[in-house]
Amino acid sequence: MGDNNRTNYGIVNAKPIADRDAPISTTGFIGWLRENLFSSVGNSILTIIGLLFIAYTVPSILNWTLFDAVWSGGADACRENPHAACWTFAGSWWEFFLYGFYDRTQRWRIDLVLWVLYVGVAFVVVDDDVRKTRPTSTILGFFIAIVSMVFMSLMIQHGAPVMWTMAATLITVGLVIWAWGLPNGRSRLGLLLLFAYPVLVFFMLGGGVLGLSKIATSDWGGFSLTLVIAITGIVASLPIGILLALGRRSDMPVLRLVSTLFIEFWRGVPLITVLFMANFMLPLFAPEGANIDQLLRALIGVALFSSAYMAEVVRGGLQAISKGQYEGAMSLGLSYWKMMGLIVMPQALKIVIPGIVNTFIGLFKDTTLVLIIGLLDFLSSVQTASTNPDWSIRSVPYSGYIFVAFIFWLHCYGMARYSQHLEDKLNTGHKR
Amino acid sequence: MNLLKIAAYTTAIVSASFVATSYAATLDDVKANGAVTCGVSQGLPGFSNPDDQGNWSGLDVDTCRAVAAAVFGDATKANFKPLSAKTRFTALTSGEIDMLPRNTTETLSRDAQHGNFPGVNYYDGQGFMVRKDLGVSSAKELGGAAVCTNTGTTTELNVADYFRSLGLEYTVVAFEKADEVVAAYDAGRCDVYTTDQSGIAAQRTKLADPSAHVILPEIISKEPLGPMVRHGDDQWFDIVKWSLNCMVDAEELGISSANIDEMKGSDNPGIQRILGESGDLGQLLGLPNEFCYSIVKQVGNYGESFDRNVGPDTPLGLSRGLNALWKDGGIMYAAPFR
Repeated sequence: MGDNNRTNYGIVNAKPIADRDAPISTTGFIGWLRENLFSSVGNSILTIIGLLFIAYTVPSILNWTLFDAVWSGGADACRENPHAACWTFAGSWWEFFLYGFYDRTQRWRIDLVLWVLYVGVAFVVVDDDVRKTRPTSTILGFFIAIVSMVFMSLMIQHGAPVMWTMAATLITVGLVIWAWGLPNGRSRLGLLLLFAYPVLVFFMLGGGVLGLSKIATSDWGGFSLTLVIAITGIVASLPIGILLALGRRSDMPVLRLVSTLFIEFWRGVPLITVLFMANFMLPLFAPEGANIDQLLRALIGVALFSSAYMAEVVRGGLQAISKGQYEGAMSLGLSYWKMMGLIVMPQALKIVIPGIVNTFIGLFKDTTLVLIIGLLDFLSSVQTASTNPDWSIRSVPYSGYIFVAFIFWLHCYGMARYSQHLEDKLNTGHKR
Repeated sequence: MNLLKIAAYTTAIVSASFVATSYAATLDDVKANGAVTCGVSQGLPGFSNPDDQGNWSGLDVDTCRAVAAAVFGDATKANFKPLSAKTRFTALTSGEIDMLPRNTTETLSRDAQHGNFPGVNYYDGQGFMVRKDLGVSSAKELGGAAVCTNTGTTTELNVADYFRSLGLEYTVVAFEKADEVVAAYDAGRCDVYTTDQSGIAAQRTKLADPSAHVILPEIISKEPLGPMVRHGDDQWFDIVKWSLNCMVDAEELGISSANIDEMKGSDNPGIQRILGESGDLGQLLGLPNEFCYSIVKQVGNYGESFDRNVGPDTPLGLSRGLNALWKDGGIMYAAPFR
């Protein structure tokens, strides 16, 4: 008789009726479309407009940047095809974009410095406990090996003395092996990088020691100059910013006034003005013969400017720490610096990681402003290259700007990802 | 209030005590530095451009190298500092650079306010470029047009004068960099692109369809482009001036970098004087006697420099025109070495 029982009253199901599938209009892809894209007349219109817009723009963007683009062949290839991106421009000029006017026989010094930077950063961003687990250690090892190979071959190509290539290899590999074995090797190498690296950069790039020839800072340029300015600003702004933030919250009136004035002054003027003053006005005021290096003046300007911003970010974190934390620390008999260093700052800085990284990213991009005082940073080296008569092709400036944007994006996105990772790691429940 | 007053007084006193610095003896500074520092444009085809190896070239760059050759006997002892049109004069007056060969038009106000012009290394004139489909054949038909140009340059002022004298309406769309101006013109943000004719020739190759544009016949201004030096240093002024004159006079005398060593043996007294074989003309300037020999040997005469940087065989493809020697129908005319 099947599942149905015939009774006097009609047909009665013997078992519960099996669930039927939801109507096709509410499930699967079609359901998703109805739910999200065509739920009302207004939304349907918006969806159609959006789709048309995508259909109109995306293919031409892809064609311009990828499929029709000129990837090799130099200026002549781009001149034949001026209606698509000219990536061979970046290929032909990459040395100029990276090293600027730096002496051609000495460019290995920049290679060395970059080598240490990228290997060090790769090592430092990977946590100690994850580093020794299988996939991470392999990936990290591979990355370090590839970076080392790239920069070592660059050093050789740029005619580095054998002694320096060996020394660089020993230092880089040695540091990584040393730090790999230590229980908290990451933070030790990090600290070493933070304080020793700027010194290394200064002596390697500037020269004048260890038989390295002196290279005037006016010859520094390209992406390496951008990195020098950004690293100086980043390394200087955090400690100075912390001190200024503490000063502004201090009980001592003079200290408070001075910190407040400093912060409000530097925060109140545009960076362009600071750079312009540092570059052109200071020499007018300074006594004759006092010749401070042009790049140094710009670096000091950038450092002071970013410290003022950093101070306010850190102060925001300090405001968020409840009074009880201070009182608890004091009741333990901690001195002011111990209270700040052990109790308050670790909590405050953790809260403001997004703000700090935000400032770093902003600073990294603001370094391009040095082009108005005639320093040839990454952006202006690309702009300068695109005015070369041999490369006077329509697609060249656009390709150059996209290339710059891509490189900046890579570095800024890297910083942003690391900041998110730090937030997750240090999360103690304050995060939603 | 009180605080403000104190701050104001302090600033006034401090600046007053420091501002009165003068710069003399640029030659000594240059010798101490071991190189001539020149402010050049951030990239103007034919006038100053680095190549992908980082070597500068161009007409303005050659002017700077000539001075380096004159002072040091070595044309490579020149540093180049790229400057925007707006910051160039500040850089010169502040002593950041020793000279400013940056396609700067000589005008009375600049001469009076910012520095001296020792000479002219290129005679230019401002022109217009428009789209062909605009159907315009003369600048006089440009009433109501939007004009793309550079900020802080004489071109902006010339356009204002020109349109006012014709009683035509116009709007200016101005940008900092030549590249931005061209891009805006190409994107249709304005109807007219105006700059010096040498610039138009160079920028035209960057347009989407160069053949769809036409250069109008009118030349609306005189643009004598030349290097600048600071006020108050006559010796340095003379050195730059005679480095320029050397290149022009050498061309006139038929001396080029190729034949200079044969010419050195010439018994033409003019050639002997200019190459420092006789007389002490260099020493009068505080330079080695053979300074002009170094310039022509290492940089070339004016004609060589012109052909190499902006001449018919370059992407700019400019003819000598006004910049031909006076003997050949141009106005390049340099005072004699005597």
